[in-house]
Amino acid sequence: MSTTHDTPPASPFGSGPDDADAPTAIESKEDAGLSQGAIVRRKFFRHTGAMVSMIVLGLVALLAFTAQGVGPIPGWWIHNHVSSGPVVNPGGAPTWTLANPFSLGEHPFGQDDIGRDNFARVMKGTQISLMVMVIIGATALVIGTTIGALAGYYRGWLDGLLMRITDGFIIVPTIVVGAILGKLIGGPSFSFFGLPLSSYLAPMLGLVLGGILWTGLARLVRGEFMALREREFVDSARVSGAGDFRIMFTHILPNSVGVIIVNTTLLMSQAIVLETALSFLGFGIRPPQISLGQLINEYQSAFSTRPWLFWWAGLFIIIIALCVNFIGDGLRDAFDPRMKAIPSQRKMDRADRRRAAAGGTTVTAATTASAAEPPDGGSAPSDGDDTRKGEL
Amino acid sequence: MSQDEQPTGGPGQTDPAGHADSAGRTATAKEPILSVKDLSVRFWVGDEWFTAAEGLTYDLHPGEVLAIVGESGSGKSQSSMSLMGLLPRNGRASGSARLGHRELVGLAEERMQRVRGNEISVIFQEPMTALNPVYTVGFQIVETLRVHTVMGPKQAKQEALRLMRLVEIPDPEDRFNAFPHQLSGGQRQRIMIAQALACQPKLLIADEPTTALDVTVQAEILKLMRELREKVDAGIILITHDMGVVADMADRILVMKQGRVVEEGTAQQIFSAPQHPYTRQLLDAVPHLGSRAGEPGATAFGSSGQDVELEYVDDLAAIPLESNDTYEHPGGRIETDHTALRLAGATIEYPAIGRRKAFRAAHSIDLAIAPGEVVGLVGESGSGKTTIGRAAVGLIPVVEGSLTVGGIEVAGKKNKDLRELRKTVGFVFQDPGSSLNPRLPIGESIGEPLALHEKLKGPELSRRVEQMLESVQLPTSMRNRYPHELSGGQRQRIGIARALTLKPSLLIADEPTSALDVSVQAKVLTLFRDLQEQYGFACLFISHDLAVVEMVASRIAVMRHGHLLEIGPSSDLVAQPRHPYTQHLLAAVPVPDPVEQRRRREARDALLEATEGGLAS
Repeated sequence: MSTTHDTPPASPFGSGPDDADAPTAIESKEDAGLSQGAIVRRKFFRHTGAMVSMIVLGLVALLAFTAQGVGPIPGWWIHNHVSSGPVVNPGGAPTWTLANPFSLGEHPFGQDDIGRDNFARVMKGTQISLMVMVIIGATALVIGTTIGALAGYYRGWLDGLLMRITDGFIIVPTIVVGAILGKLIGGPSFSFFGLPLSSYLAPMLGLVLGGILWTGLARLVRGEFMALREREFVDSARVSGAGDFRIMFTHILPNSVGVIIVNTTLLMSQAIVLETALSFLGFGIRPPQISLGQLINEYQSAFSTRPWLFWWAGLFIIIIALCVNFIGDGLRDAFDPRMKAIPSQRKMDRADRRRAAAGGTTVTAATTASAAEPPDGGSAPSDGDDTRKGEL
Repeated sequence: MSQDEQPTGGPGQTDPAGHADSAGRTATAKEPILSVKDLSVRFWVGDEWFTAAEGLTYDLHPGEVLAIVGESGSGKSQSSMSLMGLLPRNGRASGSARLGHRELVGLAEERMQRVRGNEISVIFQEPMTALNPVYTVGFQIVETLRVHTVMGPKQAKQEALRLMRLVEIPDPEDRFNAFPHQLSGGQRQRIMIAQALACQPKLLIADEPTTALDVTVQAEILKLMRELREKVDAGIILITHDMGVVADMADRILVMKQGRVVEEGTAQQIFSAPQHPYTRQLLDAVPHLGSRAGEPGATAFGSSGQDVELEYVDDLAAIPLESNDTYEHPGGRIETDHTALRLAGATIEYPAIGRRKAFRAAHSIDLAIAPGEVVGLVGESGSGKTTIGRAAVGLIPVVEGSLTVGGIEVAGKKNKDLRELRKTVGFVFQDPGSSLNPRLPIGESIGEPLALHEKLKGPELSRRVEQMLESVQLPTSMRNRYPHELSGGQRQRIGIARALTLKPSLLIADEPTSALDVSVQAKVLTLFRDLQEQYGFACLFISHDLAVVEMVASRIAVMRHGHLLEIGPSSDLVAQPRHPYTQHLLAAVPVPDPVEQRRRREARDALLEATEGGLAS
């Protein structure tokens, strides 16, 4: 039992240079000494899908928050999401047109039956949905990581207790919780800091859903901690005199950050769809509060007459969920040290040509000489000085 | 064997092509089964091609063992894997390699699959990871047979049993239904070999076949492979960094350095008159038994200077092999009250987890280390040597007896109460790759004990860290690097630096060099000795390699199955082992010299027979 160990981490391509005093090309190439974070960042930035998603999500958030403003700060869009106005186009159809010249018109996303501006409503809904998503993610992250870390590190009775609590949370039906929450604080009777309690519904919903959805993350983190606590660097830290909490948070946690971040982002994309679903069913965000799912719910009877009321809300749900998924995917790849981008044939051929042009040894194509031919002296390697045969 | 005496290259030939020519002539009797010409392997790293091996040219004849020697990263494994098309996806081979009449380089994947296992097979380094843990070993051999040949299940089982007998597995009928984890390391490696031989391959690639094994098991596997070479008419490529193993097996040797062949010749030539400085460096790096020459009676047990027969018989009369009592050589104990480490009747148990019962890994051990003294602790895996090291720093509880470090009792203390102790004990782990936190820059890893115990911060901490890096001969600029950016040798230096930051009075070194290449090991050992002189710490040096321990330790203790069997001054114990088990260990250590190794091998066989005879009588 004393000599069996994990094989040491494989260097980039299987057999790394191991000589302490003779750094080879690869080692000197990586001489820059990038930190783990820098490596992950670089790999993430090279992930096209994730980068595009980051930009798109950023633009969506920027649009949503500047258009309608946050809290008391007004946005740049002329309409707001509650006031109604005269219906411009028949039936409130979108006013943007491709006819020369291209123009947005007054209500580019259209209007509903009482003349409320759909663009303003979608932007406000996007704001709320994004906020709920972030709150769910953050809550689940904090609770899940803490519970998972404690259970995985201490094992024993604490693990048993925490995992049974987790089991308890797994069986809580989210729809029921959403419904109860809506009922409790949806009523206009209370007020809090001068605002009716119902305007806190979105953050509250986020907190409560986050408080239910952390279970998967807790299980994963627990598994990760259980595996990592047996690693030698934990013993090594303990021998150096580190206490339990230091081991947990400075030694083990950074090593499981990949799992945590990836699962949190995936949870967030799941959360936005869940919030939408709850609101659509009438259990989540309710009028006068607004969210993308609630918009769809409110306009469900207008599907055949005013389809644009769906399109825009649906489009933003899809954009956000897809973006978050792609970002999670990119993070997963970036944190996985075994993920190596396989170069395209074109890239490799170009390097070959460069090499040939530089006068280095050319990469000869696999020669399929006839087997009957006896071995001859046709292929002397270039390094005549270094290669010596047994001279005896 | 057949090529042993034949000259493979005339004097003055510097051109490999000329060599290929002469090899072609000598082999007119037998066609080479494999002829490799100008084989190169490249990898796509970052944005360019990195050459892992270049211009490899050699022939392999049936029944011949060709050893490819070099450090990790020299391209020896990758060039051989390229023969089977088993390169990673970013690798590419060029040149030519012909197996019989078939060109292997650039062979289509479907046709390569038929070649693999059928005509070429591989014995991997780590049998535990190369065997599938969810299938029985018998099933895995049968599978290989039935994939490549038309064979009914019953017939395949018979054939598998025959193969298992061929590799000398005890009770093959029983073992057929065993899972890999139920077998010992040596038996697993035998199963791997049986599987590799299943389809009577023409070429067998043994990739470090014994590196993961204990010395005694290694000796058995090498013996088996030697015998097999005569039974099956296959060419063997032996890839290793251990010159001792090479001396035991090889007919011809290729020495590789950084992707190029630097020297080639018969085993005799390479060992007796190495030409290239790198070859000499490799040979010098191998720790020799009896290296403490100059001291009286410093010849190692079983080496040429001794009357072998007499010693064995004499000793067998003294102690039976199964004895668990401790034999003390004169001077084996230290007579002082002031000790760096003292175990008095210490019994150590791995605590019970869930349904698993507590496991007693060390039985009432008595051992003491004086301040400034280096004591070696030797044994096979599972002997409990690591357990003692871990118990000394409080990672495993001592259940009976006492264990004191510099006068402080460790037994019965909790993790919290051991903080004081941890200032005085350093621990060097076996595998530097896993004992350094992969997400922490090495500067922080080294500085952690200082920050925790001496509450150092900022420039003061920074200065101390740089000082430690200098003392292990690493550039201070490395402090911002991460462990995975360092080579194995550099990482182990970091491990040592970290253990020494608090200037401990006792250092526990748990197989600090077993994960390293031989030449890197030599450098690390030299560094270790220098540091020991400089800092003057006492050290418990744990290793399975007697030759390494003998280099650094003044006294050696031998362990088996949790019992201390023998203890004595290094030169004394190596020259005149008393316990038969110690003799077995010593006899199994390969030496980098074919003639001497053959002699030792015969002596070892004689010893084993004598012991068995002794037990029977």
